[in-house]
Amino acid sequence: MSVQRSTVIFAWILLLPALLYVAVIVAYPLVDTFILSFTDASLKKTTKWVGWINYEKIFNATFAEVIIRTFVWTFFSVSIKMIIGVFGASMLNAAVPGRALFRVLTMPPWIVPMAIGIFMWGWMYNGQFGMISGVLQRVGFADGPIAFLAQGSTAFWATIITDVWIGVPLVTLYMLAAMQSIPQDLYEAAWTDGAGRFYRFRRITVPLLIPSLITMSMLSLIATFNSFDIIWILTRGGPSGETTTMIIDTYRTAIGSNKYGEGAARAVLICIFLSIFCLAYFRVTSRLSSGENR
Amino acid sequence: MSQPLMVNRYRWYELIGIYAGILAFLTFILAPFVEGFLVSLKPLSQLFSSPYRFIPQNGSFEAYRTMWVSVPGFARYIFNSFFISTIVTAVVLMLVVPAAYAFARFKFRGSGHLLGAFLAVNMFSGAVLLIPLFRLMRSFGVLNTYFAIIVPGVAFLIPSAIWLLRTYMMRIPRELDEAAFVDGASHFYTLRRVILPIAMPGITVVAITTFIGSYAQQFIYALTFNSKTEYAPLPVGLFAYFGRQEVIWNELMAASFVGIAPAMIVIFFLQRYLVSGLTAGAVKQ
Repeated sequence: MSVQRSTVIFAWILLLPALLYVAVIVAYPLVDTFILSFTDASLKKTTKWVGWINYEKIFNATFAEVIIRTFVWTFFSVSIKMIIGVFGASMLNAAVPGRALFRVLTMPPWIVPMAIGIFMWGWMYNGQFGMISGVLQRVGFADGPIAFLAQGSTAFWATIITDVWIGVPLVTLYMLAAMQSIPQDLYEAAWTDGAGRFYRFRRITVPLLIPSLITMSMLSLIATFNSFDIIWILTRGGPSGETTTMIIDTYRTAIGSNKYGEGAARAVLICIFLSIFCLAYFRVTSRLSSGENR
Repeated sequence: MSQPLMVNRYRWYELIGIYAGILAFLTFILAPFVEGFLVSLKPLSQLFSSPYRFIPQNGSFEAYRTMWVSVPGFARYIFNSFFISTIVTAVVLMLVVPAAYAFARFKFRGSGHLLGAFLAVNMFSGAVLLIPLFRLMRSFGVLNTYFAIIVPGVAFLIPSAIWLLRTYMMRIPRELDEAAFVDGASHFYTLRRVILPIAMPGITVVAITTFIGSYAQQFIYALTFNSKTEYAPLPVGLFAYFGRQEVIWNELMAASFVGIAPAMIVIFFLQRYLVSGLTAGAVKQ
């Protein structure tokens, strides 16, 4: 047996455990979802093949609304995360005393179990006794209590803000790392030539940051599209479905009402969207990295 | 960089601007924690009273005592969270260390695609695959056990762990493997005796991020695959403070802080590793 060949076999042996695990726990369920979506699977013992009915059911319902809402929700959440994250990163990137401490203080929302952060926001959104409504009334911006989670329009934004809050630390630290990998000489050279701080930011930091910005937006897009805990704990998709995203809708159909078949069809649709995002992500990152090597 | 460079010197108004920016940013990040902590100090009667008061009147740590009485199983939930995260981390490391080494060192046909496939796992949250996972857990007979939370948890933490550790291992000079190989060491021996010791800091980083990821994200599997309170982890266990009539908010917040204290201690001591772990996985694409 050649050295080359034994090396390849060794590599496969190393990969096999992880590969098998992911195949059983992720790949098989993926295939199973697809198959289930064509059946009437439920709590009943028997299931039968029903063809495209589950998919037809999706589209005659209010599902188009759910899809649009999911995209709007995701769009705003990702955009705000990126804006606040880049803002935070450029502040933390400044060489001022205390920045090591500030950096640590950025992490808690990311590291604390999500449910706990969400409970805290749930209390803050409380209309009668919560902080936000209370402060707004004190300052005079609101005449009476605002129950943020009880009205569709405010609940929609409340869930977005909480999602932003949980996602911002990762974006910030990632963008900070990207900023610090920009060679310092560039700034010094520009400074020697008399470029001001704002000019340096616009002409050095921003252009060099764009690849990381795109990468992080895509990763954030995928994670946000999948967001479940926040909406489920805060509103369960309510009031009257106004915070129901595709994930929440799928969960409610499949686990709440035990309609596995219909839920699976919805899940397949989510997978299709996610695959499109993922392909776009791989496209973009491979283009970016080939650009670097040139 | 001990001496601040000339280029980095700020004028006084720039300094004020930067600190104001940091203050605004950190206020957004930390406000819920401050509010949560103040809530935990307030007696329940004061919580449910208008107008809103930010600072507690006659606040006390009473809720930190009564929380153990209202929900006697609380210590168990913390233990469960720790136990589950520890097992998850151990399993992830066992699967990921060899796989990351294979991806870092060996080029074989399809290795690029295979790595891509692993990373693609990242795009599915467990929520999408919940139905078949539920059926799978049922056919394994592990519903309502620790395994129902551990088994899916591991799968979704594998991709980022592989990515992070692969990046770290690629920085280990290849000459080391080759020298060992020329000396007649087997591949396995090289991995165990040469690579593993050098990669230890990287493995530590992966272990920490995996542990924290697992500690933070046990909610959906625990909610769906387990209905026994004795196996419930912290995020689900906290729902015990949601009474029939009203939520015992002060005890819920006290319990939350007790529950996150371990994670906070971890951040405090290991934040250097956390940042470097994130950076390694992030910037070197």
